[in-house]
Amino acid sequence: MKHIFSAFLRDEPRVLTRVTSLFARRGYNIDSLSVGATEQRGISRMTFIADAPAEMANQIQRQLEKLEDVIRVVNHAVEKFVDRELVLLKVKITPETRLEVRMIAEDFRARNVDVGSQSYVFEVTGDEGKITAFIEQMRPFGIIETMRTGRVALSRGSNADIASQVYEGSSSALEHPLAGMAAD
Amino acid sequence: MNGAEALLKTLEAHGVTTIFGHPGGTIMPVYDALYDSPIQHILVRHEQGGGHAAEGWARVTGGLGVCMATSGPGATNLVTALADAMMDSLPILAITGNVARPLIGTDAFQEADITGITMPITKHNFLVRHADDVSKTVAEAIRIALSGRPGPVLVDLPKDVQLELTTAPIVGPIPRPAALIPSDSSIEIALGMLRNAKQPVLMVGGGASDAAPAVLEFAHKTGIPVITTLMGLGNFPASDPQWLGMPGMHGSVAANRAITNSDVLIGLGMRFDDRVTGKTSRFAQNAKIIHIDIDTAEHSKLIPAFCAIHGDATETLTRLTASLEPMDLTDWWVKLTDWQARQPNRPAWGAAAAIQMISSQLSGDTIVVSDVGQHQMLTAQLHPFEQPRKWVNSGGAGTMGFALPAALGASLATKQMVVAIAGDGSSQMTIQELATLRKYDIPVKFAIINNGYLGMVRQWQEMFHAKRYSEVYLEDSNPDFPILASAYRIPGFAASTPDELETCIKEWLAVDGPAVLEVRVPQESNVFPMVPAGKGLDEMLDDDPKLEAKELVTA
Ligand SMILES: Cc1ncc(C[n+]2csc(CCOP(=O)(O)OP(=O)(O)O)c2C)c(N)n1
Ligand SMILES: [Mg+2]
Repeated sequence: MKHIFSAFLRDEPRVLTRVTSLFARRGYNIDSLSVGATEQRGISRMTFIADAPAEMANQIQRQLEKLEDVIRVVNHAVEKFVDRELVLLKVKITPETRLEVRMIAEDFRARNVDVGSQSYVFEVTGDEGKITAFIEQMRPFGIIETMRTGRVALSRGSNADIASQVYEGSSSALEHPLAGMAAD
Repeated sequence: MNGAEALLKTLEAHGVTTIFGHPGGTIMPVYDALYDSPIQHILVRHEQGGGHAAEGWARVTGGLGVCMATSGPGATNLVTALADAMMDSLPILAITGNVARPLIGTDAFQEADITGITMPITKHNFLVRHADDVSKTVAEAIRIALSGRPGPVLVDLPKDVQLELTTAPIVGPIPRPAALIPSDSSIEIALGMLRNAKQPVLMVGGGASDAAPAVLEFAHKTGIPVITTLMGLGNFPASDPQWLGMPGMHGSVAANRAITNSDVLIGLGMRFDDRVTGKTSRFAQNAKIIHIDIDTAEHSKLIPAFCAIHGDATETLTRLTASLEPMDLTDWWVKLTDWQARQPNRPAWGAAAAIQMISSQLSGDTIVVSDVGQHQMLTAQLHPFEQPRKWVNSGGAGTMGFALPAALGASLATKQMVVAIAGDGSSQMTIQELATLRKYDIPVKFAIINNGYLGMVRQWQEMFHAKRYSEVYLEDSNPDFPILASAYRIPGFAASTPDELETCIKEWLAVDGPAVLEVRVPQESNVFPMVPAGKGLDEMLDDDPKLEAKELVTA
């Protein structure tokens, strides 16, 4: 079963290595992983998808939470969430297919970000179903290359897992013990 | 003040009195600062020895053990000890030098990415980049090492950071949160399970080393039998009639039968290691598990917990004891008493007899250290541990060479005589620490049970590889251990018979300072009971099938 997680990480050296080395060492199967800054300075947010039975998903969460630089892990399997992925897709075009390709792209609200004489590059955002459908529709025309960001996710509703709310009342979690360290 | 001085001042502020280490190029500023520091440095002869000595210190005190090494090979020599400490949850602070900041990442002389190397075998590690950060980083490292489930933390200090001047304040101990109180709901669930239990058992691990009084109270009030794991030996007195022994691969008949037949099994501060459970699908098949641990990642990691309790061992047990009435376990105890009587047959003379003779000369509060192999399992089986933190061994990692350095750390920590029992194989992995015993006159009584083999491996080859003894024979090339000891100017004794041993033990223990005792024992004896690898606890072999009845004495 696929589990989608958000993990809040301290921006410390090697934090990503610590996380991925833990995945590798314990044999967790990670489908995708993407990281970015949050609205809180010093805290990054990582979305990752693991293919694991429920007990293992639990283990993944707890083992991750044992890392000193991992502040909290949310398993979205237990709550409602929105997720999106961004894909860049380069597809072949010929004078005959050009129009059809553009019409399909319009249906998917994909943006044409590079118009060449023999290829287009589309940018498309959406959930997994939409992305898969778009790629499948483009395939017959000849996909030259694609790049996907991996899925990112947020909980629905106001009781959100944004960093400032997650850590409200537990300011010490937010405050890195070494905060204020001389800048590199 | 420079970074090196900030390090030592911070250690002092944390009550650190002793560092086990070995100098080298990139850690020299710290050694220079040590020259004027009240902290005692114990010069070991190999950094692994320093790491194990710090482990011995941590294990017997429950506090922080500190070791130190230079960069590159010095740092990598610490790796085995750090992995060992991680497995056995020992609070260790490891300090390493590293090349100066501008050289990091350039494959400089004696550069090693020690924070990268030790990432999976430390609880956490730090590379300090500014002298201003030294004190707070070290304080934080110590906090992490000691908090929750303890573990080793490494702090890597580039040489120029040690030399850089700083005015940053020295950071004292960071207050630790109070002991974790378990949730009422988890306690209620456990109470409900225990009230209905007919055949309950409590299994106590190394995580309960500071909860022995609470374990005793719980057991005595409820009448529930107690098993102590290899790491938990001493957390319940061996002399108590409610003690069933050790579980697992070389566990007692009583402990393994009790687990197999239990209906409620409480795991306290233990992690259901595969050497404890045997084949997990056959482990305690009739039992619902209550698992009490400070580390929630251990809950249901290997054995599903029906009731997982996240809490401090003492806080949790005290709550359970308070709400439970004495239980009527008469029928259960009829079975248990029968199993308790079933001790394996052992030959009249051999490693087991020798260890038993040594053990019988020791008082209940003597610290006993073992190395890894048959002698370790026999010591665990035969020595009656009465108190917590008196037993030091490499449980999770099974590191040969652990005993001698761990014993010297334990002895320095307690300022007491410590008895270490090793094999002819293991002892040689860190034998150079005899020099450390001599240098500081540390009263470690080091016994080497010489069976001429890497005995534990030979036992497996005998049982599972059709006696094809591949690369386990040592006798043809073992040193003469008493002569080796005397080369280090340490008194050495040797015994080959029970009578000789009888007199030797007394002289050996009476030596003022370190002493070595070699016991030459018959070669091909095995450790039983045994659960063959991959089998269930219920498939245990109680006795050595090859022993002939006439040779037997009952232990
Ligand atoms: C560093 C290390 N290498 C290898 C092993 C595998 N091993 C486990 S027990 C053992 C034999 C130990 O021999 P000895 O010290 O003579 O003890 P005995 O079993 O004979 O009592 C070996 C090789 C180990 N545990 N640790
Ligand atoms: Mg041997």
